[in-house]
Amino acid sequence: MTLLSIEQLNLSIGDLPILRDVSLSVGAGEVVGVIGESGSGKSLTAFSVMQLLPRGASCQGRISLLGRDVLTMTEPALCAMRGRDVGMVFQEPMTALNPVQTIGAQVAETILIHEPKTSKSEALERAKQALTRCELPADKFPLSRYPHELSGGQRQRVVIAMAIALQPKLLIADEPTTALDVTTQAEILALLARLVREDGMGLLLISHDLAVVSDMADRIVIMKDGAVVETGAADLHRTMTHPYTKALFAASGHQPVRSAEPQEIPLLQVQNATRDYTLPRRSLFGPVDTFRAVDGVSFEIKRGESLGLVGESGCGKSTLTRAILGLDPLQGGKILLDGEPVGPAVRRKMQVVFQDPYGSFNPRHKVGRLVAEPFHLLNRKATAEEVDAALISVGLTPPDKHKFIHEFSGGQRQRIAIARALIIKPDLIVLDEAVSALDVSIRAQILDLLADLSDQFGLTYLFISHDLSVVRAITDRCLVMKAGKIVEEGATETLFTAPSHPYTRTLIAAAPQLPAA
Amino acid sequence: MRNLIFGLTLTAIFALGAALSFLWTPYDVTVLDIANKLKTPTADHWFGTDHFGRDIFSMIMVGARTSIAVAIVAVVIGMGLGVPLGLTAAARKGSLLDEVIMRGNDLIFAFPSLLIAILITAIFGPSAINAIIAIGIFNIPVFARLTRGAALSLWTRDYVLAARVAGKGAVRISAEHILPNLANLLIVQGTIQFSLGILAEAALSYVGLGAQPPTPSWGRMLADAQTLIALAPHVALFPGFAILFTVLGLNMAGDGIRDVLDPKLRVER
Repeated sequence: MTLLSIEQLNLSIGDLPILRDVSLSVGAGEVVGVIGESGSGKSLTAFSVMQLLPRGASCQGRISLLGRDVLTMTEPALCAMRGRDVGMVFQEPMTALNPVQTIGAQVAETILIHEPKTSKSEALERAKQALTRCELPADKFPLSRYPHELSGGQRQRVVIAMAIALQPKLLIADEPTTALDVTTQAEILALLARLVREDGMGLLLISHDLAVVSDMADRIVIMKDGAVVETGAADLHRTMTHPYTKALFAASGHQPVRSAEPQEIPLLQVQNATRDYTLPRRSLFGPVDTFRAVDGVSFEIKRGESLGLVGESGCGKSTLTRAILGLDPLQGGKILLDGEPVGPAVRRKMQVVFQDPYGSFNPRHKVGRLVAEPFHLLNRKATAEEVDAALISVGLTPPDKHKFIHEFSGGQRQRIAIARALIIKPDLIVLDEAVSALDVSIRAQILDLLADLSDQFGLTYLFISHDLSVVRAITDRCLVMKAGKIVEEGATETLFTAPSHPYTRTLIAAAPQLPAA
Repeated sequence: MRNLIFGLTLTAIFALGAALSFLWTPYDVTVLDIANKLKTPTADHWFGTDHFGRDIFSMIMVGARTSIAVAIVAVVIGMGLGVPLGLTAAARKGSLLDEVIMRGNDLIFAFPSLLIAILITAIFGPSAINAIIAIGIFNIPVFARLTRGAALSLWTRDYVLAARVAGKGAVRISAEHILPNLANLLIVQGTIQFSLGILAEAALSYVGLGAQPPTPSWGRMLADAQTLIALAPHVALFPGFAILFTVLGLNMAGDGIRDVLDPKLRVER
């Protein structure tokens, strides 16, 4: 039975056409994956089913949900439909929950809105059942918990419980696991699969990650620039015909060609590094507690080597990064760069690229000034030639230096971030989740660029990431970090094919695999 | 854009009026003409005359001088001291210095401004200068708090981290990365404080603690008109409108300037 069928949907915001002739359908008990890069219109397709569109948007075509045309429904009818017939799970569980309401109240709210005759205690009872179904049993997670008392994965379970509280026929999940760690992602995906099976729901799973979708979906829809380019069954990787689909699959498993050989000279030496944080006092005169974020970590990076540091959020990898960059003091051990302790003297040998291409630039400066910032370390101004050379080396053009940062796309910004790191010719570049926020095709380009640059300039990379496939693609050696400690270290290929530590095995097993073509 | 043009036009009218009053006013505001007292608006006296027969239009022109001067200087005092204090507190978050600055601000905040103004005038005597000082002091914590709060969130940005990796110190980062990104906020708050300054000056003059006779001031014009409001409403209405429209104009101009200064909006336009 078809729950949802979208036929020839055209959507425009103002005069700007966003979606063109989008058609797709979801049947009961069916998982349909919609894949696309940012700006492909995949989220707006989902939002148009709910008619939760930005101001000025207008739809033509047909969206038929349980036999009714959504586009002709009145606002009160739409309100009755949202949450009852269609549930929605969002990407960011941090912002999808109200921080000042208990989880029980938030799940019960959906029930109370749609069934106003329900008594409050009955609604809470049903909320409890919904949370239990989402593996948050009330004896361990009472309804009186607040969102900040839960982890990211647990919050996402609450969001899912809200969506399924009324047992809707259709569930729309918009990047439900993008903000989560791999092991949590695997759990959430398993939960969604179970709920779909139990309730016979239809699931519209929207993601940029081919591996996630191809693990779960019965059918896959590929979108690009507001149009569906290809639709296929779960074995799309074998039947695909459209060049864009092929390019997408190729980019997802992309391995850049690297030729640089590491030398046997250690560049960065981390010796027994320990970093403590002071926790807030529990009582006015109570003892000050500390939290050990990095616990006796030791490792070395050889000159010209590319080292991966893998771990889930909260494992201490960001704290370690800040200590390596000399931004935070250590409580024990030492970090040597080229034989000298990190500090103002050796800072010029090291630069960093951050994850978020949108937050790593001062929006009020022009690119030329942004890129030249590290010259402060050399106590001189960058020459125009140096700025141009840095921009050219990352595939941009010299006139770009006169632009502001918001005029660039995410991938271009990350190139600018790399240009900023390169400009003073450092030995070591720390890449802190540098490609995690990028679309797969852009990610492939940036990985190629990084491989190129390391060959050209003999760069050494410390690649910090939670994304195993990326680390596998670009590093020679890899460290696995858990709870402030390095649990496993080894050559990347060995580590991935024959992991020895149980945690490494869990990580690798949890990572969604792209089917081999 | 419409806001900006409308706001700037209104502000410009009052600023020009104030400037022109140095050279020329329709009537001399220090000359009393009891025979013509409490005239309603005519072709001779556009806004009518007050209880001493002075021309209200001329008094508003001259009064604008006092109001605008007091408000500008008070905002400059508030920004000039408050913003650096806020930046310092944010750069040294959690330190003793931060505590001292912010608790000092709380102390000033804790006193009603009018009370301090009365205190100052009780010691130094009422005058426009003392009104400026009193209003200016109360602008400091407003700007310090605003700056600290916004700067704290900016300090967590990656570009600040990148600047630290580039070896830049707290002063340099505050000047290059924090302050420019606060500009929007400060301009809007500046215009609000400017208009509040005009209101505060009017309030101080109203209770007789601001500019002293014979210097005209909008606040004192209102105070003088209070007893006459049933008899000659225009005496109160015109200075009241002057205050209303200046404040309105400034607020709209502030909003407009903020939009123009934002590089993101600059391109979309």
